[in-house]
Amino acid sequence: MSNEAVLHGNVGVGHSHDAHADHGHGHHHETFITKYVFSQDHKMIGKQFLITGMVWAILGGLMSVLFRLQLGYPDSSFPWLEDILGKWAKGGHISAEAYYALVTTHGTVLVFFVLTAGLSGTFSNFLIPLQVGARDMASPLMNMLSYWFFFMASVVMLSSLFVETGPFSGGWTAYPPLSALGDASDGSKTGMDLWLVAMALFVVSQLLAGLNYIATILNMRTKGMSMTRLPLTIWALFFTAVLGVLSFPVLFSGFILLIFDRNFGTSFYLSDIFIASVGALPNEGGSAILYQHLFWFLGHPEVYIILLPAMGMASEIISTNARKPIFGYMAMVGSLFAIVVLGFLVWAHHMFVTGLNPFLGSIFVLMTLLIAVPSAIKVFNWLTTLWRGNIRFTPGMLFAIGFVSLFISGGLTGIWLGNSALDIHLHDTYFVIAHFHIVMGVASMFGMFAGVYHWFPKMYGRYMNHTLAYTHFWLTLIGAYLIFWPMHYEGLAGMPRRYYDYGNWESFKQFLELNRFISTVVIIVFCVQLLFLFNFFYSIFKGRKVTTLNPWGSNTLEWTTPIRPGHGNWPGEIPEVHRWAYDYGKDGQDFIPQTTPVGDNESHH
Amino acid sequence: MSMFFTIAVIVLVFLVIFQIAKASEYVSVLKGEEKSRAQANKLNGFFMIAFLVLGLIGVYWCNKLLFHKTLLAREASSIQGERVDSMLWVTLIITGVVFFLTQIALFAFAYKFQENPKRKAFYFPHNNTMELIWTVVPAITLTILVVIGLRNWFFFTSEAPQNALHIEVTGKQFGWIFRYPGHDNNFGKKYFRVIDAASNPLGLIWQDNAGLKLKDDPATHDDIVTEQTVYVVKNRPVQFIINSRDVIHDVGLPEFRMKMDAVPGTPTTMWFTPKFTTKEMKERTGNPDFQYEISCDQMCGNGHYSMKGVVEVVTQEEYDLWLAKQKPSYLSAFPPAEAKPAAAAAPAADSAKTAKATGAAATDKTKI
Repeated sequence: MSNEAVLHGNVGVGHSHDAHADHGHGHHHETFITKYVFSQDHKMIGKQFLITGMVWAILGGLMSVLFRLQLGYPDSSFPWLEDILGKWAKGGHISAEAYYALVTTHGTVLVFFVLTAGLSGTFSNFLIPLQVGARDMASPLMNMLSYWFFFMASVVMLSSLFVETGPFSGGWTAYPPLSALGDASDGSKTGMDLWLVAMALFVVSQLLAGLNYIATILNMRTKGMSMTRLPLTIWALFFTAVLGVLSFPVLFSGFILLIFDRNFGTSFYLSDIFIASVGALPNEGGSAILYQHLFWFLGHPEVYIILLPAMGMASEIISTNARKPIFGYMAMVGSLFAIVVLGFLVWAHHMFVTGLNPFLGSIFVLMTLLIAVPSAIKVFNWLTTLWRGNIRFTPGMLFAIGFVSLFISGGLTGIWLGNSALDIHLHDTYFVIAHFHIVMGVASMFGMFAGVYHWFPKMYGRYMNHTLAYTHFWLTLIGAYLIFWPMHYEGLAGMPRRYYDYGNWESFKQFLELNRFISTVVIIVFCVQLLFLFNFFYSIFKGRKVTTLNPWGSNTLEWTTPIRPGHGNWPGEIPEVHRWAYDYGKDGQDFIPQTTPVGDNESHH
Repeated sequence: MSMFFTIAVIVLVFLVIFQIAKASEYVSVLKGEEKSRAQANKLNGFFMIAFLVLGLIGVYWCNKLLFHKTLLAREASSIQGERVDSMLWVTLIITGVVFFLTQIALFAFAYKFQENPKRKAFYFPHNNTMELIWTVVPAITLTILVVIGLRNWFFFTSEAPQNALHIEVTGKQFGWIFRYPGHDNNFGKKYFRVIDAASNPLGLIWQDNAGLKLKDDPATHDDIVTEQTVYVVKNRPVQFIINSRDVIHDVGLPEFRMKMDAVPGTPTTMWFTPKFTTKEMKERTGNPDFQYEISCDQMCGNGHYSMKGVVEVVTQEEYDLWLAKQKPSYLSAFPPAEAKPAAAAAPAADSAKTAKATGAAATDKTKI
């Protein structure tokens, strides 16, 4: 479908496409509803994803503050908790049910709603058409639907917090039989049904979105924008979409079987079960491990779905602000590709201690450690990009550097956990918590912050306040390390995750003081995020206005659009691309935008 | 009340930061954007190097404070654990070197190459030699780690030695049940539908059951069933055959560096060789309350955190003595006949139970 046809749905596909046609972009009659609610403009949909993601991030973050209170102060009571949570915090003390519900919802929400929808949803939508030079997505309608499916998923998930038996509380991975049997845990009753419905809606949203992203990137690049001229953000978002489209359906099938086991008496995952309160169950012959294979077939690619957009944005932002081309563009693309391929072949490293066949386990060890190679290439390339640059510390750049630091710290511990012989010891301890929070959680968050700060001027035509941004960055970086670094030590002491109270454990109660320290830092870091939130919303309305088209001196196409681009992005024809996106500092010139034709005397690289 | 104070303080701090931020924006407009940007750049560049230095000091300090609390600070309590620990050290050294080199490079580059109007960025888009080096070197290093890892992995998952003690471990919400094979060294058959939470927690098949088509398995009659504490022998390999009765649990043995899931319907195994008795560990750690704790490491419900078991490592003599005192659970359920009437009474009580069990099975069938 041509770019023009996308904007004017009534134009027949057969209608010959005239690239020079610049008819009637001002003629759109937009009402409040079509502009802000059921918008089909990719930029607005991107903002919708972002703001919904931010709401979830605050909720999910608040949940972590609440359960960290329990871990840090297991013997204190906070009467105000009872005011908020009612029967879940009788006497100002969070109950075990509530603790597990909070932990579970925190994980689900942060992984899927914030870091998948909020991160890749936001930036895929916002950046793909702008950076490939398209008027909008291949299917704006599908794009709009993808947001609204996400919205419905959000509503259902939110509603699960208010059912009488509580939201699902069996951990974000939702392993059966615990997640299949309401008799095994109250959280697995209505709360789990709602959880599954929400997740199913979410998968639909991701598939609609992913197909659209792929179609747009492959088919709607502007003239001259060959695949090897794409900015790395687009490559990353492309691979993210591919990962999602290939793996979410598998998760979906896992959920469908779980729904059957829960409601229709099948035994896909259930066998030989005796529940103290109801006696022996009729199910026989199922395999609880089957679910884990289906789950982690998405679950592992999922961490790359979260991480790749952050990698892409960090690459783009680092190159722009180091005023240097990204080092090893093809290696960066190649390593992304390697990560995608290997990402599909490592899922069982989450299952080394499930009784997995040891030979199969050894293959997954090999694949898992292999994936460290492309990751290492990326890190070294980022470092070399910084080397001999001329670095401008914009807020986006700071977060991109922070991203690299966190990616290194968290990535290296992956080498420990991916080796099954060590995983036997470290599996499901705080070492794992530290590892994935740093490498996937906080690092991707940093990627997201980098993206928001960097592209905020494009989104709203204003700057965010830089002093607030610097404060936000430094406090968050320090806080993130203070929270998660000591957790490695807890993990090396064998301290298991998902414990409500360690008071009865001779081996683990020694960490009470440390837990108290971590919890205190968590509260502070959470408050610091409110600073960002305030900065974001305040700057939408009151921020310093952007006065130049290209405030960061960047090469990519989005900065050739007007300061506040309308639907269709470019008022005239879409610019033509003549070069890759990283000609910074070439031949003594600070930067050469992609739209500049190659000069006669220009050197080759 | 303190709640309101806290909120008030937070709001105040926010207001102060906001005012400063706003003021700084006005100042930057007054000073000229370029100049204020250059200043901010210098400041952030300084923070980069400061963060690096303070961070490295922090890493050292954190290690000093916490290292002795980890298990790496003392010898592992099993043969397997020794190998885990030595592998941990190798991995720690390799990743540690990479960690320090890359983090130092990252923040030092950021500091050193901060914007300077006199310098021009170096146009350096790629270099095949460098890229080749940092593909091959990590690949080789990782291969070494894989080789070490897989050798240990295949050792840990190999068949348990001939002289190993076999003990069945069953997880349930929220506790552990252990079964020893008894004199015949043979675990009798069990079936989950004949479980009786009080008298037959594992569902040993110790009587005929026509409804379920089960035949009494005499091998169950000498099986010993205990809860919460499991006795194993120092220097003698022990194999756990792990089951679960309800949801997935995990036998976590941090002191032995071992872990294995308990999956309903799919038995798993693990074996290890304990090196020190519990008594010896009390002396070694200087903690009179020391216990080899079994922690459940797989989320299993609201009581997950309380699902604790204990491994009591004893010498062979102590073990034999302890075992001799244990009564097979069959004998508890069916006390041996001292007099005829008592013997008659016991099966009678039991047939009621059987009726209940078959009744339950029947209702199960109708459900199907």
